[in-house]
Amino acid sequence: MSLVLGIESSCDETGAGIAKLHPDGRIELLADEVASSVELHARFGGVVPEVASRAHLEAMVPTVTRAVTKAGVELGDLDAVAVTCGPGLAGALLVGVSAAKAYAAALNVPLYGVNHLPGHVAADTLQHGLLPSPCLALLVSGGHTQLLRVDDLAGKITEVGSTIDDAAGEAYDKVARILGLPYPGGPPIDKAAAKGDPEAIRFPRGLTGPRDAPFDFSFSGLKTAVARWVEHRERDGLPVPVEDVAASFQEAVADVLTAKAVRAANELGIGTMVLSGGVAANSRLSGLAAQRCAEAGIELRVPRPRLCTDNGAMIAALGAHLVAAGTRPSALDLSADPALPVGTVSV
Amino acid sequence: MLVLALDTATPAVTAGVVTLNGDLEVLAERVTVDARAHGELLTPHLLAALADTGRTLADVDAIVCGIGPGPFTGLRAGMATAAALGHALGIPVHPVCTLDAIAAGTEGPLLVTTDARRKELYWATYDDGARVTSPAVGPPATLPAAPARAGTTLYGDVLTMPHTGVEHPSPAGLVRAATGQLDRPARPLVPMYLRRPDATVPGTRKRVTTP
Repeated sequence: MSLVLGIESSCDETGAGIAKLHPDGRIELLADEVASSVELHARFGGVVPEVASRAHLEAMVPTVTRAVTKAGVELGDLDAVAVTCGPGLAGALLVGVSAAKAYAAALNVPLYGVNHLPGHVAADTLQHGLLPSPCLALLVSGGHTQLLRVDDLAGKITEVGSTIDDAAGEAYDKVARILGLPYPGGPPIDKAAAKGDPEAIRFPRGLTGPRDAPFDFSFSGLKTAVARWVEHRERDGLPVPVEDVAASFQEAVADVLTAKAVRAANELGIGTMVLSGGVAANSRLSGLAAQRCAEAGIELRVPRPRLCTDNGAMIAALGAHLVAAGTRPSALDLSADPALPVGTVSV
Repeated sequence: MLVLALDTATPAVTAGVVTLNGDLEVLAERVTVDARAHGELLTPHLLAALADTGRTLADVDAIVCGIGPGPFTGLRAGMATAAALGHALGIPVHPVCTLDAIAAGTEGPLLVTTDARRKELYWATYDDGARVTSPAVGPPATLPAAPARAGTTLYGDVLTMPHTGVEHPSPAGLVRAATGQLDRPARPLVPMYLRRPDATVPGTRKRVTTP
């Protein structure tokens, strides 16, 4: 049995989670504390790295303190520390990495510098138990849009596809701005879309031509198409049907994400898909994924929204997988790597 | 009293072990000048300095941490390290101004400057090691005259007074600057940024079509 502290600071959430690895390999979540700086970024329309980094420094020890209290353990009971060392914002990552190294050194326990992206996949094991091998992960957030083949969470992860420009969540933020909706754009667009017609406007599905990379994504053109459509309406003196635009945009995003993910699962012969990341909380994306996976005979696993967004619990879970696999811990000269490749699960 | 001293507000990664039993004695120190390695090197430096003295983190009674002013990312590496060490070890972390640590123990009037990048300096003035003016940031040409300077050697063409030779905070300087604080409850560990984050509220969205 092993208690793992997970620390996350790659973007605008300071996360500290504690997971317990049981002798049978089961991983139990004991605490999941998050301090978010999202409100500080709202008026800038996006995450300001320096604002996020300052907030991380302020929140780090209080968040770890809350996690330890919530878990009902003492710091001295911890057996390992895991921390996101990439990918993410350099200055933000460095706060978490520095703190994690100090905790590991002071508690005299092993340190695991881990990759944020497999962390999102590991989050699902806290709710639905261990994953079959292989499985396919569709990670969709404000910073990432990735399709991963996961053979082994503790070691073998391969990128199947990824966005070649904007992340899906970034497109939501930009389209929200076009429609005069608040930041972050996911929840207000989802809400407006519920009252709109998803087939009102046929927005383009990026990279779905016969010669396009079958599993890569592109959302930059979609965002521009929405802007162009809205500007034409305004030029013609017509009202902008915000709900229809939101629904049609959301349909384009969900359609292309789920179509490519299901096609990848079929072509790779994979029977289980994990949908995670902040945008997984989007009702249309999870709804369409459920429908298309069911039609294709694929088991779909979606962690609850709290586990889908960035948090320390997912890093603790990934750390617990590494402990279970007997992975070599990181050295204390570990550094943050903003561009850590997805295939590098731990450093 | 065994004190761990650290600072990452200048290009130096400063770590040291100091005893305070009446006199201040530096038992071991590790200082590397590499502005890009604060995050990597600090914890290994602290452990190496402790190992030199045959002690471990469990033997440490207090931490003294430089809180800048200094370039933000490097500064935070040291402060996050100090905060987490203090939490995990259950010991106080005493903040000291990095410029004070460079001035500690000097005699007479002194201007202390460190690199603030963007063609500016962080600076404060001292007399016999005691701070005279509050830390500030500004272009070299706007700084007050003084008979001597310490800290960065940058802008020697503008700041022509003699340099004392002390460029970075030392563990001894950090602990000296904390004199009078160490037997009291630690003050809040708050960084001296002296600059607001670079962020502008976006104006109206750029059109993608011509009106």
